[in-house]
Amino acid sequence: MLSGLEAVFFYLFAFVAVAAGFMVISARNPVHSVLYLILTFFNAAALFLLTGAEFLAMILLVVYVGAVAVLFLFVVMMLDIDFAELRAGFVKNFPLGLLIALVLLAELVLGIGAWQLGGIELGVPTGKGAAVLGASNIESIGVILYRDYLFLFEAAGLILLVSMVGAIVLTHREGRAPRGQQDISKQVARRPGEATVMRQPTVGEGIEL
Amino acid sequence: MIGIEHYVFVSAILFVLGVLGIFLNRKNIIVILMAIELILLAVNLNLVAFSAFLGDLTGQVFAMFVLTVAAGEAAIGLAILVIYFRGRGTIAVDSVDRLKG
Repeated sequence: MLSGLEAVFFYLFAFVAVAAGFMVISARNPVHSVLYLILTFFNAAALFLLTGAEFLAMILLVVYVGAVAVLFLFVVMMLDIDFAELRAGFVKNFPLGLLIALVLLAELVLGIGAWQLGGIELGVPTGKGAAVLGASNIESIGVILYRDYLFLFEAAGLILLVSMVGAIVLTHREGRAPRGQQDISKQVARRPGEATVMRQPTVGEGIEL
Repeated sequence: MIGIEHYVFVSAILFVLGVLGIFLNRKNIIVILMAIELILLAVNLNLVAFSAFLGDLTGQVFAMFVLTVAAGEAAIGLAILVIYFRGRGTIAVDSVDRLKG
């Protein structure tokens, strides 16, 4: 009974995720694409929850829906882009893209099928990443993260810092003064000695400044 | 519990949709970036499913690192997009040759 209910929810979330994923790449308006991307993330988070990965499900919602998707939305709405022009190659690229996608899907499915038939050893868990007994998913991940992967965790923080600095440096514009505006410190620093030149040209010759 | 092959299959479909999105929207770099997010989401789904079914949380930790890198990649990619748009007034990326010697 419980398993049947779980199957129903799994197929619901999986179907909506795939359908929304298809709309992401085929929607005419990129704003709609972003909204469908958010729907995909929500359903993927629900799938994560079904497997018991509570922490990652919440992280997916906070990081992706809360930050990345909103960033996409900002950029799409901030830039004044003619999106109709950008869709020009859509139909032309469709056959080749579909062919490659189908080949890729066939390969993936064949790979899964071959693995399902058995005889392929994928390796066994070392037990290093086993959940802490009696602890929740979040607590277990915390223990593993800070016990075994502390340096990788700090490296991840460094990556975020570098990408933040990079994004700011790339997009930051030095506030240049508009034409005709005065620069007070320059005016104050001006001295007669360097601002004026005394010349006494002889008659019939010009001066060169 | 739902068998792992279901999760792997959903993940494969999402991955292929992401690849297809890159092919279909070759000019629109915003949709290309979104397709890359789809691909990374599919990879995460795979990692989480195997982690849950093998009883090994390392996969979930790894998925978290993937999330981290994906967030940084989206930020940098959109920043490059914004400065490209400032200079060109368009984001059609199939004619990008500014760095060509």
